[in-house]
Amino acid sequence: MAKRPIYGVMAEFNTTKDVLHAARRAREEGYRRMDAYSPFPVEGLSEAIGFPHSRLPVITLIGGLIGCFGGFFLQYYPNVMGFPLDIGGKPFDSWPAFIPITFELTILCAGISTVVGMIWLNKLPTPYHPVFNVPRFQLASQDRFFLCIQSKDPQFEIDAVVRFLKDLNPREVNVVPV
Amino acid sequence: MNSYSPQSLQYEPRGFQSKALAVGVVCLIITLIELFLHPTQFFRSYLFGVVFWLGIGLSCTAILMLHHLVSGRWGFVLRRSLEAAARTLMWMALFFIPVVLGMRYLYIWTHPAAVAADPILQQKQFYLNTPFFIIRQVIYFGLWIVLAYFLTRWSGEQDKTANPDLVKRMRNLSGPGLAIYGFTVSFAGFDWMLSLEPHFFSTIYGMLFVVTEAVGGMSFITLVAYFLSKREPLSEIIRPSQFHDFGNLLLVFTLLWAYISFAQFLIIWSGNLQNEIPWYVYRINHTWATIALVLVIFHFAVPFLLLLQRFVTFRRQYLAWVAGLLFIMSILDLFWLMMPSYEKAGPQFYWSDWLALIGLGGIFLAIFSSQLKRKPLMPLHDPNFVGVLQHE
Repeated sequence: MAKRPIYGVMAEFNTTKDVLHAARRAREEGYRRMDAYSPFPVEGLSEAIGFPHSRLPVITLIGGLIGCFGGFFLQYYPNVMGFPLDIGGKPFDSWPAFIPITFELTILCAGISTVVGMIWLNKLPTPYHPVFNVPRFQLASQDRFFLCIQSKDPQFEIDAVVRFLKDLNPREVNVVPV
Repeated sequence: MNSYSPQSLQYEPRGFQSKALAVGVVCLIITLIELFLHPTQFFRSYLFGVVFWLGIGLSCTAILMLHHLVSGRWGFVLRRSLEAAARTLMWMALFFIPVVLGMRYLYIWTHPAAVAADPILQQKQFYLNTPFFIIRQVIYFGLWIVLAYFLTRWSGEQDKTANPDLVKRMRNLSGPGLAIYGFTVSFAGFDWMLSLEPHFFSTIYGMLFVVTEAVGGMSFITLVAYFLSKREPLSEIIRPSQFHDFGNLLLVFTLLWAYISFAQFLIIWSGNLQNEIPWYVYRINHTWATIALVLVIFHFAVPFLLLLQRFVTFRRQYLAWVAGLLFIMSILDLFWLMMPSYEKAGPQFYWSDWLALIGLGGIFLAIFSSQLKRKPLMPLHDPNFVGVLQHE
């Protein structure tokens, strides 16, 4: 009989303390590809599962720089190169007057790129996710905490993972099919 | 949870206080020579020094009141240092008296002949005249000292009695206190600095002065927290996450400084009016332009980019370097605001400028240190501070 492909093994916990402990133990054990789910942010949990640094600040910076230079050029080009007009004897390149719009466009582009980047990095929209194959997983938005060790972890071996998670005082341990 | 005894949280000056006092007194006495040689230069230098160090005490009072209103973990670990800085105002007020005595050397509008020849000064005379100036100074210092006195006194009582009502009382004083602070310091900015060039006017100048002081005060208090946190047991209490908060506050004040400075510049530059524009013409031409550029880069661009980085704000040593940079820049900022009033062609090096600054600084630090050792370094009996310790 061919084995059904699986996404990972998920353990359900009653308290934040348990899930934090489980995540730390799993990391000590050498598991790297895992994710934790909780109804509210649990302090220290993302450090415990070794959550990688977000790339979002870089996206924001790039968006901000595009807005900054784009906004400045938007005013510099017509005023200096495209259609220079003498306004009150001021020099064509009156950069102080360009700053407010440059500033606003920097903020606008940085803000939009942050939102778009956040959605992109979150992989939204995701119409299907295997963790929902565990019926009790809907409790993750109520009062339960879940830790899922994924099958793409190099150290993943289904029986060992199930045994390991069962030792950590879970309420239930389920295999998550793809 | 760790418990700390008040004794273990006692600040020990270890000779710092007497050294600061000695340096301060010696520098001020040497500066006094200038009073007999070039009195005008003496008063200019003295005003520069006294405004800077008064500003540190004033902005620390404001940050203290801000924390009473909004609370937050960052402020509990700073409270004693802020209170000590606020209490320096009671003594530094005495050091303001020479400015009043030397008014005629500093402010052109004190000379009846100059006013008689100048229609603009005549129009401003209802505000810019010697008796009213002195009355205003008495009001400012009176209000500031009352605020500093009650905030620190109630905090000290609270420390002894652990009475939670006093926490509420300090909060109730801080709301009106911040409004009073905003008004009085704005007007003090007009009086002390703006009226050096009485033709110039700018409605945002008071706000700019408040924020200039806030950058100085916040960087000063961050440096104090850094030096205190080098020793046990404060190294355990003032944690990297608190330094992150200090970094964020520094970032806020730096941004606000840049925003307001540029807003003033943009409006005056666009208007290009006869009475306003000379103020900037001196300040962005000749050698003053170099200082303006240094301010743009090292008072805004560099600290702005550094304070955005978490690897800077979470490391107390790196943050202390940024705070040190901002502290020096806020001195330079004051120099750039004040000195072009006298030296239109470019900055001049007068030894008395820097000796007065160091001398008053030594005295300020000695007072600060003597106030800091009066109470344990943490508000141990504040009901909210207990939560701060528990969290770790």
